[in-house]
Amino acid sequence: MFKVLQSKAVVSLARRAASNEVSFQSKEYKLHKLDNGPSTQVSISRDDALKFYQQMQLIRRMESAAGNLYKEKKIRGFCHLYSGQEACAVGIKAAMTDGDAVITAYRCHGWTYLLGSTATQVLAELTGRISGNVHGKGGSMHMYTPNFFGGNGIVGAQQPLGAGVAFAMKYRNQKNVCVTLYGDGAANQGQLFEAANMAKLWNLPVIFVCENNGFGMGTAVERSSASTEYYTRGDYVPGIWVDGMDVLAVREAFRWSKKYCDEGRGPLMIELATYRYSGHSMSDPGTSYRTRDEIQQVRKTRDPITGFKDRILSSNLVTEDELKAIDKTVRSEVDDAVTHATTDGVLPAEALYTDLYANTPAQLVRGATAEETFAQPFLRTEDLLKSMGQA
Amino acid sequence: MAASSLALKTAVRLPARRFASHFTYQPSVAPASLGAERTKMNLCQAVNNAMDIAMGTDQSALVFGEDVAFGGVFRCTVGLQDKYGKDRVFNTPLCEQGIAGFAIGVATIGSTAIAEIQFGDYIFPAYDQIVNEAAKYRYRSGGLFSCGGLTIRATCGAVGHGALYHSQSPEANFTHTPGLKIVVPRGPIQAKGLLLSCIRDPDPCIFLEPKVLYRQAVEEVPSGDYSIPIGKAEVLKTGKDVSIVAWGTQVHVVSEAAKLAEEKLGVSVEVIDLQSIQPWDEDCVAESVTKTGRLIISHEAPLNSGFGAEIASTIQKRCFLSLESPIERVCGWDTPFPHVYEPFYLPTVWRVFDAIKKTVKY
Repeated sequence: MFKVLQSKAVVSLARRAASNEVSFQSKEYKLHKLDNGPSTQVSISRDDALKFYQQMQLIRRMESAAGNLYKEKKIRGFCHLYSGQEACAVGIKAAMTDGDAVITAYRCHGWTYLLGSTATQVLAELTGRISGNVHGKGGSMHMYTPNFFGGNGIVGAQQPLGAGVAFAMKYRNQKNVCVTLYGDGAANQGQLFEAANMAKLWNLPVIFVCENNGFGMGTAVERSSASTEYYTRGDYVPGIWVDGMDVLAVREAFRWSKKYCDEGRGPLMIELATYRYSGHSMSDPGTSYRTRDEIQQVRKTRDPITGFKDRILSSNLVTEDELKAIDKTVRSEVDDAVTHATTDGVLPAEALYTDLYANTPAQLVRGATAEETFAQPFLRTEDLLKSMGQA
Repeated sequence: MAASSLALKTAVRLPARRFASHFTYQPSVAPASLGAERTKMNLCQAVNNAMDIAMGTDQSALVFGEDVAFGGVFRCTVGLQDKYGKDRVFNTPLCEQGIAGFAIGVATIGSTAIAEIQFGDYIFPAYDQIVNEAAKYRYRSGGLFSCGGLTIRATCGAVGHGALYHSQSPEANFTHTPGLKIVVPRGPIQAKGLLLSCIRDPDPCIFLEPKVLYRQAVEEVPSGDYSIPIGKAEVLKTGKDVSIVAWGTQVHVVSEAAKLAEEKLGVSVEVIDLQSIQPWDEDCVAESVTKTGRLIISHEAPLNSGFGAEIASTIQKRCFLSLESPIERVCGWDTPFPHVYEPFYLPTVWRVFDAIKKTVKY
């Protein structure tokens, strides 16, 4: 059912060494119960620079489009934008290797894109159309691709799931990690502590990632958390604080962490210090618990895209024209996605009944006609799509 | 819809704009006994007003939950912190199990805890605390302790676009647990009176607020301190041919269907707002069905093991010899609450109308 439409494979080490490469100094990491940590000397190749720029720009542009579609009432219900946090997902993705898994919370659009979906699939899912990532059955927060176990609509529910995924990896002797993300708000869910205990008890290759954007919905971290040092809150789980606005620092930290887990020493708890420009969701203007000045200040001084752009331009790694060309393709890709997401059809009504159970004969579902039960014509959305010639 | 038409092989084209809501709000008029002075309020303001009165009259009353300090996502608690201070109105971390357990502790020592769970769908992390701790405290301590001061407010129901985790109606998950009281208001007047009853009730209460009504439902609400008793249903419209029981938003759906049935079919429908789901007013429903001989129950939650099943079972026993047709249930289908399929999922006016037709012509 899920097709990986594009392979965004990680650039190999050899290629990186062969191309133009520059080094930068990243902010100091803070370590918890670790003797050493990732290097603050981070380098990047031309190809990677262009790729990271493209990915971050596309996510930013796609989220702006989602926000506009919401305001036009073409996206209904819920919608949580990732703008400001792009370096987190792009940096982590850059350090991932085949077979690594990700599970996150509701702010999942960028991740869905990075892990194999197109901008069209993301936006069409938000508008509930057939070309959506899960054909409109999930909508906001519920998007999935192979090895991406989703967005999740319940605060903190993904945390123990990530530990379970990591256990399976360990059991199968895979050299893989499960990146398990949550926000500073969900860091206070009891499930995290239950999951951390199991993960450490069994040394699971899970990297718990707290994307600390400063606010759990409308409450600042200082008002919700007895300790805001989220990288230390796993107690016996070692942790690292990372500047989440620096895509290179994030990538470096996750390369290091992956190696650490591959050596059988997992889990880890990483805090990415980041910021969200929009409100928690579309119903939150995001200005009642912080000042507009504060948001402007972050945009000016810490923006993950602007900062990265300055670095790669001033070091002559890439040219202004190259970045402009990327901006242009990103714009047209997102514009196309918007058009598609607003004109595509929706699955026919019987999709209401598909995917209820997997391994039983067609269920009699009450409903469909006013007084009768109804045998599901299709058990799975996949079968329904096949019958429509769309699979 | 005929079964054959279901083998549709093409994608459905969406209309340019979807319908704003699946019902028309039918405002109520408060009886004179609730006081002469009235204020125009929507459901959100009525809930706010009830909490304001409860806090003003009970120094031990506390309001807490996610983001409630500045009003909460739905603005129901707006202004309460300014008026009663940060000690009495405060934000909690995002941890529903913690909120519920904390509230039970607060209530067990004798204070009044008004806890907000932002969405009924998020109440499940708190389910253990509510079912195993709150509901059984009195029973298991032989009456030494209780957490009667506990009221959990949560939003519920369809809102047009809420999808899987912002639309559910979890009342039946809780009616299976003795020790809890569950109330769902249909509008501002009821919300204020019933919430005050819940807050002051000596047993733990779950108060489910249909979020789609927060702004849409506007009524002239009595300004004073009044309560509406828990456990009493209200007959909104008398009739002689068929009784319909509903609660929350669905009251407005069935009222509209009742009107339609009178116009188009000449059928006289009695409409009952159950409003209190546990304990529920068996006598009121039984009396009505004894008169009409027919019963339809309608709720948004799925049919299977919904509270309609409990009503149907009780009424068929109490009214067996009066029944002229099988009891009908018009409910959500047995699927997760769907995203784009919400219009197909809901027990709409047309489905209720159809049930009236079938019941009367049985």
